Amino acid sequence: MRRLLILSTLGLGLGTTQCLAQANLNGAGATFPNPIYAKWFDAYAKKTGVKINYQSIGSGGGIRQFTQGTVDFGASDGPMTDEQIAAVSGNVAHLPTVLGAVVLTYNQPALGTTKLKLDGPTIADIFLGKITKWNDPRIAALNPGVKLPAGDLLVVHRSDGSGTTYVFVDYLAKISAEWRTKVGVNTAVNWPTGLGGKGNEGVTQQVKQLEGTIGYVELVYALANKLAYASVKNLGNKFVDPTLESVSAAAASAKLPKTTDFRVSITNAPGDASYPIASFTWLLLKADNADPTKAKLIRDFATWMTTAEAQGMAKALGYAPLPDDVAGLVRDRVKTFKAGGKAIA
Amino acid sequence: MTAGEPAITEEPGAAVLQGRAVGDTVFKAALTIAVLAVPALLGFLVWELWVGSRLAIERYGFDFITGTTWDPVAEEFGALPLIVGTLTSAAVALVIAVPLSLGVAIYLTEFSPKWLRQPVAFVIELLAAIPSVVYGLWGIFVLIPVLKDHVFPFLRDTLGFLPLFQGPIYGNSMLAAGIILAIMVMPYIMSVSREVLMAVPASQREAALGLGATRWEAAWTAVVPYARSGIVGAVILGLGRALGETMAVTMLIGNRHEIAASLFAPGYTMAAVIANEFTEAASDIHYAALSYVALSLFVVTVIVNGLARILIWRVSRGQAGGGQGV
Repeated sequence: MRRLLILSTLGLGLGTTQCLAQANLNGAGATFPNPIYAKWFDAYAKKTGVKINYQSIGSGGGIRQFTQGTVDFGASDGPMTDEQIAAVSGNVAHLPTVLGAVVLTYNQPALGTTKLKLDGPTIADIFLGKITKWNDPRIAALNPGVKLPAGDLLVVHRSDGSGTTYVFVDYLAKISAEWRTKVGVNTAVNWPTGLGGKGNEGVTQQVKQLEGTIGYVELVYALANKLAYASVKNLGNKFVDPTLESVSAAAASAKLPKTTDFRVSITNAPGDASYPIASFTWLLLKADNADPTKAKLIRDFATWMTTAEAQGMAKALGYAPLPDDVAGLVRDRVKTFKAGGKAIA
Repeated sequence: MTAGEPAITEEPGAAVLQGRAVGDTVFKAALTIAVLAVPALLGFLVWELWVGSRLAIERYGFDFITGTTWDPVAEEFGALPLIVGTLTSAAVALVIAVPLSLGVAIYLTEFSPKWLRQPVAFVIELLAAIPSVVYGLWGIFVLIPVLKDHVFPFLRDTLGFLPLFQGPIYGNSMLAAGIILAIMVMPYIMSVSREVLMAVPASQREAALGLGATRWEAAWTAVVPYARSGIVGAVILGLGRALGETMAVTMLIGNRHEIAASLFAPGYTMAAVIANEFTEAASDIHYAALSYVALSLFVVTVIVNGLARILIWRVSRGQAGGGQGV
């Protein structure tokens, strides 16, 4: 009996090490793109036999582990700051993988099926706590012909640090000088007003259960749960619904230069079709990897993920795919990757 | 090792006993290691928290404990609303859970028909096995709507003269978190106090009944006082759970860094902010501030437990005159 126990323990131990040995690459980071990354890594393993292990521990953790070198790649919804890049001696490439967007969801039975229309300054003032009634003249002016009730307008925001929050407040900071100076941009901020819900589901629950609320959630989540969402006025003065097309349009209109490091914000993007609260999500890779085997594996995967095959999978899961020219720029950047200062074999 | 060992080997037939002594030595060593490992682990934990939060300790010092702003962008961190929230939610939980669970425990040991005891105890203990995230989800979808539409308005109408029950009702609130915590700690308090009450010798009851006490008087004057140090221990077990509970609380408390007089207002707890912000804390100082919160939570727990120990000690010292109540 005892021998059996020892044997099985040994077997377990061997099994575990074998599993670890089989993962060719290890990564960690953002939770938002986790479903598409899981799908990609699975499909890629079936296609090429290369196993990639990804832990969705959050963008902050992804940046930290990438900096400490405990993973082969990181992933983040917000780009690394200049300070953070200096901490890895500049040896990092941000590669956009797919796009995310943030939608405003609300609970106002008086609206019925009429879609709420908002513009940037109004959204900023709502989340600054300066607009507190549904029949505020500024909301009324954006929604002509809609009878808005006099009830309180309550804000619900994310309580957990989140890339979704980062994108949303990045947009508000671009629109509103007051937001920029009073609140600022981060994955978690000091909210001037409102209740905090944990995760997209926490925000959704509070919005659904409390009349007169407005909150923000990830587009993928809003589509999957068929939430009511507002159309937002973009730079071209058009009201645009958040859809995969309008999000990709925002990325396309960003017009990245050939030398871009991809650390660009595409919130409040120009173009009539662009949805203004959108963002890339990034993989963090070593531009010069000391390990030639891993350098090659990463280069091959990064090239594959920009193909129509991989980007098509993104669309099926509700993520907006990269526009063609951005995908081309990513491929060009990957070609410049090095292994120990030399070209990758 | 100790004085006991040589005494054994000197006995006649030492060879046989020697073999046993080796077994004893190994057994004792193994236990000693296990016992030492626990404080070592604790020490390591505190040290790790200390190292992790050093940056924040150096920058904020004790202002961290008294500060009320939590602004990761401006890198201004104050934990007072979190500390107050943790203590308030735990206090609300105990105020609700202690009378209820004590009532159940007394009923089950003193009054209930025999066939009812086991099933009820089993069901209540089952409550302890439910994961906290399930409590959180149940709280969101079942408890909050009931509280928001029925219980809170009723409280506001009847007890609204107290500042505790004033202000707008959102549903997610300090009171909602306290209620879910009460439900979560009840099985602990109930189970332990039931065990303690069952251990009270039958002679206590018989004596009280023999003196002409009713069953209620016997329970209240002879049985409960006899078991009180155990009951206080049960309450402390519940308190410990309430202080550290994270998931269900953050789902119901509203997560606002604010100290409000009203229990209808949203609040925040130390455990909840760590769970919420740790994964996305990209800057070093934010990370250190969260470690500092963890360290503060540890200190708060130690202080609360210390006070509770003193309480037990005083209660059990008074037990010598246990008959006073009669």
